[in-house]
Amino acid sequence: MSDVLPPSEAGQVGARRLDALHLLTLSAALATLLLLGGVVVFLGIEGAPALSGTSENLPAGASSIWALAWPLLYGSVWASFLAILLAVPVGVGVAVFAVFMARGALGRWLGTAIDVLAAVPSVVYGLWGLAVIAPRAVPVYEWLSTRLGWIPFFAGTPSTTGRTILTAALVLAVMILPIVSSVSREAIRLVPSSSTEGAQALGATRWEMIRTVVLPEARSGIVAGVMLALGRALGETMAVAMVLSPKPFLVSLRLLTSENPGTVAAYIAQNYPEAHGLEVNALIWLGLLLFAVTFAVSFLARAIVRRSGGGSR
Amino acid sequence: MTIEIENLNAYYEGLQAVSDVSMSIPERAVTALIGPSGCGKSTLLRCINRMHEIVPGARVGGGVRLDGADLYAADADPVEVRARVGMVFQRPNPFPTMSIAENVLAGFRLRGERLSKADSESVIERALHSANLWDEVKDRLKRAGTSLSGGQQQRLCIARALASRPDVLLMDEPCSALDPASTQAIEDLIAMLRAEHTVVIVTHNLPQAARVADRVAFMATTETGDGGHLIEYGTTDEMFNHPVRSATQDYIAGRFG
Repeated sequence: MSDVLPPSEAGQVGARRLDALHLLTLSAALATLLLLGGVVVFLGIEGAPALSGTSENLPAGASSIWALAWPLLYGSVWASFLAILLAVPVGVGVAVFAVFMARGALGRWLGTAIDVLAAVPSVVYGLWGLAVIAPRAVPVYEWLSTRLGWIPFFAGTPSTTGRTILTAALVLAVMILPIVSSVSREAIRLVPSSSTEGAQALGATRWEMIRTVVLPEARSGIVAGVMLALGRALGETMAVAMVLSPKPFLVSLRLLTSENPGTVAAYIAQNYPEAHGLEVNALIWLGLLLFAVTFAVSFLARAIVRRSGGGSR
Repeated sequence: MTIEIENLNAYYEGLQAVSDVSMSIPERAVTALIGPSGCGKSTLLRCINRMHEIVPGARVGGGVRLDGADLYAADADPVEVRARVGMVFQRPNPFPTMSIAENVLAGFRLRGERLSKADSESVIERALHSANLWDEVKDRLKRAGTSLSGGQQQRLCIARALASRPDVLLMDEPCSALDPASTQAIEDLIAMLRAEHTVVIVTHNLPQAARVADRVAFMATTETGDGGHLIEYGTTDEMFNHPVRSATQDYIAGRFG
């Protein structure tokens, strides 16, 4: 017993250690918040002058900063939305496959392969989209345009280069696939065996079990993954900048034409090197707006997860 | 629905869990499987609805017949077997994303069977009545199944199994996670179910086996790694008052297990 501290002292040592740890983690947390606040303040101060800009001094002769911003924000959200639409079914499918179908080596190998996709630099994706996807997409786009041209999304003359918002969305989709699939995989793996066994004991096939029990129970996790992916897609710069040559001020639903809206991140990257005067402030203001949108998306994600996750976990 | 178990062997990977069990389980009666932990009684139970084989590497040898039909015949579909043989688990497992009513209908939904609104309502009411739960939940059928107490959740799971009108109901230690009052409610329910169902229950609780079962089967491992054998099987009275085998006597007397 001699080497054991009496309870009161043991408690104090524990408390002191906790204090040091507390301080360390608290300062890390505060530093993060400070940095975040600093970024917002910087963007606000540096961007604010653009609010009084006119067609004389704003980029692309925009009549106001909002005239410049809305189409680009639309482009960012539209391209990201399309990417999500393409990536989610595949990503969730891969996750389901990895958890339920591919037992052992294949499952692990598949998981690793998908995760490696996340490590590919976005400039490589840009090159791939530009050099591989775009030219091969041309005949597909022509086919879609002749057969399904009556749908507004496929209307208009298809691009001859394949460098359309759909191609950009496709590249984005591949980039966010690892996020969707690995977060979904974890969410699906966390569905308790009591639920999967319960479903099977009621005479469900594996597919019926996955559709009726597993996916609903994993929903909040999957939504969280989708929102993370959306955040990544909204902010993605290089891949979009390389694939798209946007038309200023354009807001369009058309997916296949050579006239496409730009995205905020790509616009900033493409125009910053040559910007001067108030143009710089305008680009910074655009950055602030993009920041606000991604922030809103992640808040929305939390709200959704909290609401739908409350019952299930 | 009589259950004939014939020379049943069950394995996990290389490990044998059940060793050469043959027994006949009568219909409209409660049969309890008792024995020390690791004696294979739960595995044996899970062989009766082919749930054992969902574990990767698990294997079954021998046969189980339900009124003569071999559940392990080459053309028998395990999914169909499970729809006919209901199962209740150790921990209540209502589906957390479903309401009380949806949980009762889960079997139909999971099997892709559509029910009309009137049919659904009558199935819900009948199943909840059979599970002795109707009066407690009839005013809140739309609430989450997980909002109920543990004992109510377990009865909801029984209702869920009964909704599909199974030939046999398997219960794997259904009261081990419940308080005494809820246990009492489940035991009363088992006594009611006996009239129409073939019930097989695994339990660690000997007084419970004595209370609810018509027949009792005692399982134990004889050598380590050999898997669980059926040591003795008889009426509850025989097993608790005049056991023949010394291992049964020792277990009943609380000398091991």
